[in-house]
Amino acid sequence: MTVLTKQPPGAPAPAAAGGKPRIRPSRRRKQRSGYLFLLPWFLGMLFTVIPFFASLYLAFTDYNLFTEPNFVGLANFQAMFEDPRLIQSLKVTFIYTFVSVPISLAVALLVALVLNRGLQGLSIYRSVYYLPSLLGGSVAIVMLWRYIFGNDGIVNGFLGMFGIQGPAWVTDPQFSLSTLIVLNVWTFGSPMVIFLAGLRQVPGMYYEAASIDGASKWRQFRSITLPLISPIIFFNLIMQLIGSFQTFTQGYVMSGGTGGPADSTLFYNLYLYQKGFTEFEMGYASAMAWLLLMIIAIFTAINFIASKFWVFYDN
Amino acid sequence: MALLDLPLKRKLAKQDQPEDALTGTPVSRFSRHLILCLVGLVMLYPLMWLISSSMKPSNDIFRQLGLWPKNWDFSNYAQGWTALDQPFHVYLINSMVVVIFSIIGNIFSCALAAYAFARMEFTGRKLFFALMLGTLMLPGHVLLVPQYIIFSQLGWLDTYLPLIVPNFMATNAFFIFLMVQFMKSLPKELDDAAQIDGCGPFRTFIRVILPLCVPAMATTAIFTFISTWNEFFGPLLYIQNQDLYTVPLALRAFMDSEGQSMWGPMFAMSVVSIAPIIGFFIAGQKYLINGIATTGLK
Repeated sequence: MTVLTKQPPGAPAPAAAGGKPRIRPSRRRKQRSGYLFLLPWFLGMLFTVIPFFASLYLAFTDYNLFTEPNFVGLANFQAMFEDPRLIQSLKVTFIYTFVSVPISLAVALLVALVLNRGLQGLSIYRSVYYLPSLLGGSVAIVMLWRYIFGNDGIVNGFLGMFGIQGPAWVTDPQFSLSTLIVLNVWTFGSPMVIFLAGLRQVPGMYYEAASIDGASKWRQFRSITLPLISPIIFFNLIMQLIGSFQTFTQGYVMSGGTGGPADSTLFYNLYLYQKGFTEFEMGYASAMAWLLLMIIAIFTAINFIASKFWVFYDN
Repeated sequence: MALLDLPLKRKLAKQDQPEDALTGTPVSRFSRHLILCLVGLVMLYPLMWLISSSMKPSNDIFRQLGLWPKNWDFSNYAQGWTALDQPFHVYLINSMVVVIFSIIGNIFSCALAAYAFARMEFTGRKLFFALMLGTLMLPGHVLLVPQYIIFSQLGWLDTYLPLIVPNFMATNAFFIFLMVQFMKSLPKELDDAAQIDGCGPFRTFIRVILPLCVPAMATTAIFTFISTWNEFFGPLLYIQNQDLYTVPLALRAFMDSEGQSMWGPMFAMSVVSIAPIIGFFIAGQKYLINGIATTGLK
C-alpha cells in the first residue's frame, strides 16, 4: 500500500507542446492512470490486508465483540488443543476432504476420458454432468439431500426394492457425513470440464504414433495422457482441497446449524461460526481461522513440493 | 500462474483440431453412450424427483418412488408462496437486488483492475499482480471476524451493504484473473492504434477494450449470478431481519417449520429457487464452460 503514496507527487502530465496531438502519453501520466485503474482494487486490498492482520492480533486476545480485547498470549491455541469439539470438527473436515476429493477427481477424470474423443453429443453430456456442480452448494439441494437420504427417502426406497433395510442415513452419526460426501461427489462436473479442456489439448498424433508402436490403451493413458494432463490434475487437486476444507453450508443445512447428530457433521467452519457468532468468542474464532489457514497452507505447500515428482511441465 | 501453465497450450494454440472423428466400433460407441446415459440419469434423478415431488400432495411424496405424480397437486406452490412471514416474491426480489449490484460491482471493478494488470506499465505492477493471485487462495474465514466488526461499526448490519460493497472493490481475484487472461489475448496493436488516434488510457479502455471483453464480462456476470444467488453464509451472518431475507435464508426458514405437511410447499419453493440458476445455465452455457476451462472456477 505504501506504493500508493510514493507515486509521483501530483505533477501534471506535461501537456503536449503547442496543441499538437500527443502521440504517446508521458511515462508519468501512464503511471498515474495505472494506479487510477487499480483504485478500487487498492481499496479492496486495504479491506483484505487490515482484517488479515487484525484477525492475527485477535487470535491472541479474548475479544467478545462487547468489551475491549485483552491480550491472552497463546491461551486460545492451548484451549483449542484441549477442545474435544474442535478436534471432532477437524476430524469431520479431514474425513470429508480426503474421501470426497480423491473420489470426485477420479470420477471426473474417468468420465472426461470416456467423453473426450469421438462421441456424438459431447456438449449435452457435458452440460448434464456439469449442472449439479452449480447447485451442490445451494440450500435447496442440501435440504433435498436430507429427504433423499431420509428414513423413507428414495435411497432407502431403492435399497428396499432389493430387500435391504437401509440405515437412518441422516440421523445416524455413523452415516450422516457419508451423505455429504456423496453430495460432493455429485458435483464432480466442474473438475470434469477442466479435465476435458486439458484432454482436448493432447495432440492426437501422439496416440497415433504410440499405437503404431504397439502400445496398449492403458499404456497410452499412462505414458501420454497422464503426464500431459498432470498439471491439470494438480490444479484441480489444489482447488478442490482448498474448497472442501472450507465447507460450511452443507453441514449447516444438513444438521439445522448444530453439526449434529453427535457432531458428526460439525465441519470446521461451522464450528468456527458457532464459536464466533453464536457464542461470540471472537478471539477463539480468529485463532481457529488462523489454524485453518496454516493447515491449508501446509497442505498446499506439501502438494507443491510433491508436484515436482509427478507433475510434468514441458518447458 | 504456474499452476495453469499447461505444457501444450502454447504448442497447440494455433493448431485447430478438426471436429473429432468418431472412434471405436459401433458396438463400443453404443456401450459408451449407454454408460454415459445411465450416469447422467443417476445424476439428474434427484433433481427430477424434486420437481415431481413439488407437484405431489405431501402425503404421496414418500410413498411413490416414481417420477410421474399420480395425483397432480399444484397447491404446494400457492401454499409455499405464502407460508413464511412475507410472500416468496419478496425474497426473490431481495436476492435479485443483491445479485444485480454484485454483478455491476464485479464487472466494473474487476475490468478496471484487469486492464491495469494486462495493459499498463507502472511501478509495482508485478508485485501487485502476485499479491492479487495470493488472495485467490486466501480462505475468506481468516478475514471474517474483523470484517464483521468493521461492518457492524459502520452500522451496516441488517443491510445488503456487506454483501454488495466488497464486490465494488475488486475483491474477487478470480474475475480479475479471468479478465486479465482474456485481455492479454487481444492484439496489442489495438491499443497503439487508439493511442495514435489520440485516445488516453481511459478512452482506450472504454471504447476499444471493453467492447471486445463482452465474453469475459458475460462469464463474470453469470458466475456472479450463480454464486450470489446461492450464497448462504454472508446473508446468514449479516441479515437478521426476516423481511430482508434472501432466498437461501427463506428456504432455511422452511426447515425450522418442519412437519410432514410442509414438505410439498418446501419442495415447491426449492424448485422456484433453483429455476433461475438452471435458466441462466442453459442461456449462458458457452460462457460458463469457457470460463471454468480458463480459470478453474467452480
